[in-house]
Amino acid sequence: MTGLIRHGRLVPDPFTDASGLDAPPAGVPVIVSLEQWQAHREALVAAGQPLGLRLRSDQPPRLVAADLPRFAVIALEFPKYRDGRAYTHARMLRERFRYAGEVRAVGDVLQEQLHFMQRCGFDTFEVVAQDPELAWRAVAGDHTVSYQATGDGRPRALDLRHNRK
Amino acid sequence: MYRYDEFDHTLVAERIATFRRQVHRRLSGELTEDQFKPLRLMNGLYLQLHAYMLRVNIPYGCLSSRQLRQLAFIARRYDRNFGHFTTRQNIQYNWIKLDETPDVLAALAEVEMNAMQSSGNCVRNITADQFAGRARDEIEDPRPWCELIRQWSILHPEFSYLPRKFKIAVSGAASDRAAVKLHDVGLYLRRNADGVIGFEVIVGGGQGRLPYVGHTIREWLAKDDLFSYLEAILRIYNLGGRRDNPQKARIKVQVNALGPEEFRRLVDEEWAAIRHSELLAVPGAEIERITAYFADPAWETLPDAAAVLSRQCATDPAFDAWYRTNVVEHRTPGYAIVNLSLKSPGIAPGDLTADQMDRVADLADRFSLGEVRVSHRQNLVFPDVRQTDLHALWQALQAISLATPNIGKLTDIIACPGLDFCALANARAIPVAQDIGRHFGDPAVLQDIGELTINISGCMNACGHHHVGHIGILGVEKNGEEFYQLTLGGSSAEDASLGDRLGRGIPAAEVPVAIEAIVNSYRDLRQADERFLDTYRRVGMEPFKEAVYGDSPEHRRSVA
Repeated sequence: MTGLIRHGRLVPDPFTDASGLDAPPAGVPVIVSLEQWQAHREALVAAGQPLGLRLRSDQPPRLVAADLPRFAVIALEFPKYRDGRAYTHARMLRERFRYAGEVRAVGDVLQEQLHFMQRCGFDTFEVVAQDPELAWRAVAGDHTVSYQATGDGRPRALDLRHNRK
Repeated sequence: MYRYDEFDHTLVAERIATFRRQVHRRLSGELTEDQFKPLRLMNGLYLQLHAYMLRVNIPYGCLSSRQLRQLAFIARRYDRNFGHFTTRQNIQYNWIKLDETPDVLAALAEVEMNAMQSSGNCVRNITADQFAGRARDEIEDPRPWCELIRQWSILHPEFSYLPRKFKIAVSGAASDRAAVKLHDVGLYLRRNADGVIGFEVIVGGGQGRLPYVGHTIREWLAKDDLFSYLEAILRIYNLGGRRDNPQKARIKVQVNALGPEEFRRLVDEEWAAIRHSELLAVPGAEIERITAYFADPAWETLPDAAAVLSRQCATDPAFDAWYRTNVVEHRTPGYAIVNLSLKSPGIAPGDLTADQMDRVADLADRFSLGEVRVSHRQNLVFPDVRQTDLHALWQALQAISLATPNIGKLTDIIACPGLDFCALANARAIPVAQDIGRHFGDPAVLQDIGELTINISGCMNACGHHHVGHIGILGVEKNGEEFYQLTLGGSSAEDASLGDRLGRGIPAAEVPVAIEAIVNSYRDLRQADERFLDTYRRVGMEPFKEAVYGDSPEHRRSVA
């Protein structure tokens, strides 16, 4: 099944992904594509429904930097798990544009990648698995040490080394 | 040498636990080979022609005798009693069983080694000058910076799924022994006009099907800016490197498509945004902590032993040949750097048996303060040998076939595993190297030829660095037969250049004769003690073409 994971739990998804549809449905929380947003921006703003935006790997967040506060969700797409551009996009959203809403990993999302995704700023994950919660729990404790700092605030090994006394 | 602390140990142990679970899922069929592939690659495990191959990192080429003994143990317990040292300061085991791999990784972790990121589309093992900390021509020891970069690169959350692999090399010396300009990012420690040491940053070098010498995009970078600048380069590459075609996905293709100027502009733009980020600041205390591991060992205060050595050389011509060829000046009086040649006649370049490993470890303890280095030319180094011990060490090395006096000479050949092991190869490489080794067995002839590197690759992927051999040999396959194309004039040193193609390919059996023809021309043409490379650069291709192909019909028979 496909499930949305947040904090290790399956959670309901209030959003309808309309990015593949001809026109976004009205009156419900909806995730639109960048093309839909650019074509129907005024109508979508006027309709007042909660909005999400789905960006492909070749669509960097800076293209919509000024509009980011309008979106409750930014869904970043992994066309293949091997395509790592969305890691950079997520860090840009969090660390450069100070985006505080939900950053969702969609597409080819493997459990092995959850740690890297979390560290880059993703907080929800569209996981395809027999039991998504189980899959998430299997990897949740994989890494307790990090050599790098990201916007998630976790200390680096080197920070811990020098602050431990 | 660097030692793991509890954080390093925990990180590696967790990584092994994760991989053990993944192997279990693969063996139970829960993961398909396709799903498992990237997971095993990130842990250094390839599927070769006959078996799994495990590539183990030897970070910046530094090994302790204890680590080498563990490598010998692994070769015996889990492989077929030997290991293969590569051009990137790795050791490869060619016959590893999948279900035993986590145990091998655990055995490596016991001696603070790992195979993380030795393959896959991520930052690979950080390589360096094998004489780091000992060379007379060194401006600053690159090893602390290599260790800092290693830690920054391991399990990097943003840069673990790059378009393609990413190789970084660092040198702190005037002579480049680390092929820095042939790396995705190359760093030279340099003094600026004020005498302050920083980094010259080179990007976009590489070999493979599309070889390029890298471009300098920053003449001098302050040390404080190293991580923000590296992160900016990786970010521009992660976003802009091609992902549609693996053959064109390396950063060299991006740099050369944009032009180095435009690439630099993009990097500088990104760098400006993150340069002062506290996320990338490395506190001085951490740099000091790591640098302390590379402090000079407790060298004795010794006189220079020139007189003793010249007496030994005068009475023993074989020792003299070895001393002149394989021993390098040390920056400390009374000491020497010794190269151990892994290019004995008839041996696959870079191969070492488990018994040899144990013996080398013992000799390192006795003669070199317990330390061994690995060079990108697939040889070993004892960095700290007392000059007065050289003769005894030479005798001990002879007994284990590691005293061939050919370092930097024609038979000090770099070769990839080739068709004997590799699934990608088109032609054999090791037997060609062995044939050349046998053909040029006379040390006096090698001495006379002087500095001349031969590099052999069994396919276009160029793992044997053929583009940058003074003479390069590329194996190709045509209608089921192997042919070898020769290139002349390559170099991986500070004067880096790519070789030019000599002409049509020749069969394996004719390669040693063709090399001999080239070498004989060089000996006729050289001025004073000019190297082959410099003669070639002066006179060009024609005389060598003539020497190899001539006019005779029997030479024209060769095709491809």
